[in-house]
Amino acid sequence: MISYLVRRLGQAVLLLLIVSMVGFAILYLAPGGPLSQFAAGTDMSQEDLDRIAEQLGLNRPLPVQYAEWLLRMLTGDWGRSYRDGEPVLYVIGSHLGATLQLMLTATLLAIMIGCWIGILGAIRRYSIFDTLATVGAMVALSIPTFWFGLVAIYVFSVELEWLPSGNRETVGDGSLLDLLRHLILPASVLALVETAIWSRFMRSSMLDVVNQDYIRTARAKGLPEWQVLAGHAMRNAALPMITVVGLQLPTLLGGALVTETVFTWPGMGRLFLDSISYRDYPVVMGILMFSATMVLVGSLLADMLYAVADPRIRLG
Amino acid sequence: MTKAPGRIGEEAFSASPTEGTGSLSRRRTLLATGAAGLAAALPRGTSAQQPQRTPPAPDRPRGQVIVGLSQEPTVFNPLMPAIEVDQGVWWNLFSPLWFIDPDGKFVPDLAREIPTVANGGISADGLTWKVRLRPGVKWHDGTPFTAEDVKYTFDLINNTSFRARTRVGHNLLQDITVTAPDEITWRMERAYAPYLSILSLTFIVPKHVLGAASDPNTAPFNTAPVGTGPFRWGSRTPGDNITLTAHTSYHGRGPFLERVVFKYIPDLTVLYTQFRTGQVDYTGIQGISPPFVREARTLRGRTIHLSPTASVESISPNLEFGPLADKQVRQALYMGMNKRAIIDAIYYGLPTPTESFIPRESWAFNPDLPAHRHDPAAANALLDAAGWQRGSDGIRAKNGVRLEFANSTTTGNPVREQAQQLLMQDWRTIGAAMRINNMPAAVIWGEFWQQSRFNSVMVGVNFMLGSDPDVTPRFHSGGIPAKGGRGNNNIQYANPEVDALLVQGATQFDQAARRATYARIQGIIRDDLAILPLFQYAVAEGTKEGLIGYKPNINTSSNCWNIREWYWARAA
Repeated sequence: MISYLVRRLGQAVLLLLIVSMVGFAILYLAPGGPLSQFAAGTDMSQEDLDRIAEQLGLNRPLPVQYAEWLLRMLTGDWGRSYRDGEPVLYVIGSHLGATLQLMLTATLLAIMIGCWIGILGAIRRYSIFDTLATVGAMVALSIPTFWFGLVAIYVFSVELEWLPSGNRETVGDGSLLDLLRHLILPASVLALVETAIWSRFMRSSMLDVVNQDYIRTARAKGLPEWQVLAGHAMRNAALPMITVVGLQLPTLLGGALVTETVFTWPGMGRLFLDSISYRDYPVVMGILMFSATMVLVGSLLADMLYAVADPRIRLG
Repeated sequence: MTKAPGRIGEEAFSASPTEGTGSLSRRRTLLATGAAGLAAALPRGTSAQQPQRTPPAPDRPRGQVIVGLSQEPTVFNPLMPAIEVDQGVWWNLFSPLWFIDPDGKFVPDLAREIPTVANGGISADGLTWKVRLRPGVKWHDGTPFTAEDVKYTFDLINNTSFRARTRVGHNLLQDITVTAPDEITWRMERAYAPYLSILSLTFIVPKHVLGAASDPNTAPFNTAPVGTGPFRWGSRTPGDNITLTAHTSYHGRGPFLERVVFKYIPDLTVLYTQFRTGQVDYTGIQGISPPFVREARTLRGRTIHLSPTASVESISPNLEFGPLADKQVRQALYMGMNKRAIIDAIYYGLPTPTESFIPRESWAFNPDLPAHRHDPAAANALLDAAGWQRGSDGIRAKNGVRLEFANSTTTGNPVREQAQQLLMQDWRTIGAAMRINNMPAAVIWGEFWQQSRFNSVMVGVNFMLGSDPDVTPRFHSGGIPAKGGRGNNNIQYANPEVDALLVQGATQFDQAARRATYARIQGIIRDDLAILPLFQYAVAEGTKEGLIGYKPNINTSSNCWNIREWYWARAA
């Protein structure tokens, strides 16, 4: 197990290095730059722009800039945002809480509802419930999130005035009730699509399992149906879900760009979009490395959980 | 020193009055709305404005205002590179020596009076300046403001290791001397009239705070600023909001609000929705999108203000590019465009057509420029006469050069994209082929714009230097970056007469003389069609009714300039 872990970590470091090189090159070679926003509409002259580019080191050769960035990263200094001068880690950290709050709520909702729908759909295959669940999932997957978000705002905020149309909290309030009121709409919109995904995964996995020999054996032994399902079918059907959970980890931390924009939720998705728009190189690179790390960690965790959940799998 | 010809052209539209949410809680808001109940019961679209006295300001700061912004303010050191939205926050945290009011009049702020040649503040040759400062001003931390702070600010701007936004004008300063705690003098390397206006947008920073930092580029001050403005720094939730609280020892009138919240709402549709649902009290900077304005005017309890801005929308040609270098082609293109249709059909009639790069509210605006006329027949005749012959595909050519060019603007701006499509159709009828080549903002305004690699762009630019009409960086031939110049003359305009007039205008301190100079400059540039002017922008901003004190000011970079004087009617 330990040798496996060491090998995987070594691969991860190599992968991160490659990701950083490719990401840095693409980002810095793309046309435009962080000073473009000042070029057309402000009182800054070309002399000002050139001077500031020089001060920020943007004129130096790309390999030199990359080497400096990498050396700083290795010492724990992720640089400072060009936009607000804050350390990159602080910028990421200040958006992570909002994203976690939204994504965890939505994902928990989706897992609970989606798995329930999936299991029930598999057990009662081709029933009215199963058909409705299948159609519902297809519809939910087909609706663009922004459209569903705008409709939700129109109905529940503009017309019914039940819930706020956006933001994470009312400035100056911030009570638990206030936070929950703000969370309901974005979390529900996000959970809708995720529920559809989870229900389809769970249904498919459950269908694979319920037709296995050991399930037939369990039934032949005279076990009650609930015991067959809970004790034998669901445990095995949950195994592939571990992979899904592992792959969901980076998504959880990466934020939901569309939902965050529609509901003005100050999370990672919006930070990434804003940072790309402003060519805030240090923050974009920070988010890239953070996300890449999360993908590798998620994948590693999934593999390890697999071994824990399924005694047939041995890592080594 | 200056006086605009008239008040700024603000129009206000209101459906029916209700109460604004100036307080901190919804319950207090609901209680307070009782008084407005009768008015709120009026049908939509009914104007309930009655001649009534404006309630007086409260005796102490009360309530809060939520300012909705579609861009996020991120720069809080007022001397560093920033955009308009940042400046909206600066106006509330910091103070300049003086500012320019909506009528174009200079008003002393940290200074006791405006230096002029008449009062001896500026020497007759324009080289020596003396500014006397207002006594009793305190920084937010209680430290007295002195002339040392002014000197430090100038020194910092000119400090080569500091990332100053711009040094235009400041780089002429010499022998800055603090002659008394409340008096400062300096000499200018050469006479430079626009400096008075530049100083109206230069905010003074505290020497005792910023000077103590080892590196002013990364000082803690930059994320938790200390100023002399009407509001002090409260908190910032990155990506979400900035909260300022009342500075009760402020040296001027106000503040009358306990708190100002700048709320970042990146999507204009969502911003409008939040204004509509009452989560936002004022929509700033980009305001309400033109397609929503008609509906917004019918909203109960909301007032829509149509406020001109200094930005002028134009087709800016690269004057060194093929067919666009030909003045007759530009004249034909200008006659061939249906400017009125663009304004009415795409911008819902909100902006004002213009022939100048100077906003019509400025004292320097030339109202006598020839008016645009849409005349495709005359455009065709002009091109025929100039030797631009139609080819088999209907596109003209001359000496092997086709009358074909690309037009670029920022992607994701559907309004501009529609305007481009109209232009493409208009110009096709006169034998000119325009291609659309749009790009993201970070790309188009990079090397593509800065090094004049475009054919033509559609862009809104505030050509003014502060509120001064000096357009040397924009139109002087020495300011072409693609030719090693240091200005913003990206269209590569070169006219020796304009060059000479620009030098002359920058050294004149008599406004009548300057007006004549800049009228001539506008005339030449209009005649040359260095830019094809479309219109002067007007932004539709919304406020909740009951919010008093909102006053658009084209001479500042943001209509958040006077939040210190805002208050809620029911708080009075």
